[in-house]
Amino acid sequence: MALVSVKNLSRVFDVSKPWLNRVIEREPKAFLTAVSEVDFEVEPQTTYALVGESGSGKSTIGRMLVGLLNPSEGNVEIEGVDLANEKDAAKVDAIRSDIQMIFQDPYASLNPRWRVRDIIVEPVAARGGKTDGLAERLLEQVGLSVKDAGKFPHEFSGGQRQRICIARALASEPRLIVCDEPTSALDVSVQSQVLNLMSDLKDNFGLTYVLITHDLTVVQHMADRIGVLYLGRLVEEGAPDELFERPKHPYTQMLLEAAPRMDGFGREVAPPEGEIPDPINPPPGCAFHPRCPLAGDICRQERPEMRRIGTTRVACHMAEG
Amino acid sequence: MAEPVLSIRNLSVEIPTRHGILKPVDGVTYDIAGGEILGIVGESGAGKSMAGNAVIGLLSPPAHVSAGEIWLNGKRIDNLKGDAMRRRRGKEIGMVFQDPLTSLNPLLRIGDQLVETMLTHLAISKSEAEKRAVAALEEVGIPGAAKRVNSYPHEFSGGMRQRVVIALALCAEPSLVIADEPTTALDVSVQAQIIALLKRLCRERGTAVMLITHDMGVIAEAADRVAVMYAGRLAELGPVRDVITAPEHPYTHGLMASTPLASRGKSRLHQIPGAMPRLDAVPDGCAFNPRCPRVADKCRQAPAPTVDGNAAACWFPLQHEEAS
Repeated sequence: MALVSVKNLSRVFDVSKPWLNRVIEREPKAFLTAVSEVDFEVEPQTTYALVGESGSGKSTIGRMLVGLLNPSEGNVEIEGVDLANEKDAAKVDAIRSDIQMIFQDPYASLNPRWRVRDIIVEPVAARGGKTDGLAERLLEQVGLSVKDAGKFPHEFSGGQRQRICIARALASEPRLIVCDEPTSALDVSVQSQVLNLMSDLKDNFGLTYVLITHDLTVVQHMADRIGVLYLGRLVEEGAPDELFERPKHPYTQMLLEAAPRMDGFGREVAPPEGEIPDPINPPPGCAFHPRCPLAGDICRQERPEMRRIGTTRVACHMAEG
Repeated sequence: MAEPVLSIRNLSVEIPTRHGILKPVDGVTYDIAGGEILGIVGESGAGKSMAGNAVIGLLSPPAHVSAGEIWLNGKRIDNLKGDAMRRRRGKEIGMVFQDPLTSLNPLLRIGDQLVETMLTHLAISKSEAEKRAVAALEEVGIPGAAKRVNSYPHEFSGGMRQRVVIALALCAEPSLVIADEPTTALDVSVQAQIIALLKRLCRERGTAVMLITHDMGVIAEAADRVAVMYAGRLAELGPVRDVITAPEHPYTHGLMASTPLASRGKSRLHQIPGAMPRLDAVPDGCAFNPRCPRVADKCRQAPAPTVDGNAAACWFPLQHEEAS
């Protein structure tokens, strides 16, 4: 059974101006659809990557997975339990400790006034668990020293802080870790250390990752399955080999073409046209049609359904197998 | 080679602090020719932005140029004072920063910002400057430029704002553009647009470009030559293809190998042990020696000399057969 099952997930934010401004300026309420009808499943002990540019809704989905945000529509089931709607408190509680999150900015996600030991054991201490020697054991597992437990976060570099965040995420022995841009704030050589650590821990602890990132090289290295998001919608989902070798959705093709390559010496590509449209007034039909080279009449009118081509799922009227 | 536009000779920048003198840039030498893009790469704290700021005279005190020379178009500029430097800056050197929002004045229409820059540096009339402002915006690919000159910076998207900044950097027709992480704040598809724009403008006008970034992919696609910096020093300098495919300095080699690549599949990434030294604790000899797999006694005693042209600052550079 899938560990995470996301069905028809949508999230709408109210971005209206204050009531008085709306009355004076005669403006209606404004709503931003950050995530729109997204479906996917994550199998246990795999890495599922969500990629997309800014405003594609990848972080919003991550927040809904861990329960930091409630869905507007649809649901997130983890081990068959719907966290937002489940009435049985004991069941919800049991699942909660199975989910952890790693954030992008290791400078903002550690309390500067707490010692590393207290930071790491907090997920366990908060539930009244035993914490003797736990911090020291975890520090060693993430490649730091036992002595570091008594230090404060400011004594560490960015990469070391991200290791502390990972140790904290591991403390409650989770099954699922949602990683929101875990290496985007890090330098390349530090990034490789953190990515290797994440791979090792996944094997050792049987973890499942949902990896949220905009960096295609990281995705290609880490993911077992990839979902590409555009303007809050899942446009293509597939295995890395298939997706990188034979992208089916025109947006995926554009994204891969535009990404700079280490072997692209003097490469001249026609850069993609246009920019991501305003999510408050997304284009009708397929959200990508104003930038799409293949767009036809149907694309302007009808939103494409996710359909299966081989092992890939793609939401495009024009895509062929 | 023709006379380089920018020539940096043995440049050092120092920051005196209570705990001693820090050297964020230490004896760096390189040239940039007209129409050439020199990529400067390195990890955070390697001194790549400091070197750029030293060239344009924007070091914030107490940081200062402590040694070496900076030559621009055959004139020495590192010893210029306030006003003389101000006239050069903007006219002969254009600057593109990482965050386009903070490099534009939010209270002025973008047209006025372009006109102000041109009136300061070029001997032209106001109406001529206004005409050129529209042309400059058209050139960087802003649709409806004639109307958009009257917009404020907040009315533009991130990518469009960066285009405005590029127009602003180029409007006085400088011979050198320093682009400090110009695409780091932008999405992949917009990044491709901005890089293509920079390349095109540089080629058409013969502008020299110093492209500072940490993204190897951007360097590979845009730069002609690349300088790799480590702990304030130049580790390796050479044509971009040579440095990326056959690096001679062990640090460059480690850096390339730790970048995830499709061709490497899912095998473990290469790791460079340790981290870059802090500026107050740069080791004796070669700054990379504590992390280097090829370290020998010689490396701990003196840093290898930087040779002009294409070379790695290393006593025991990797041979090309080994590196590949």
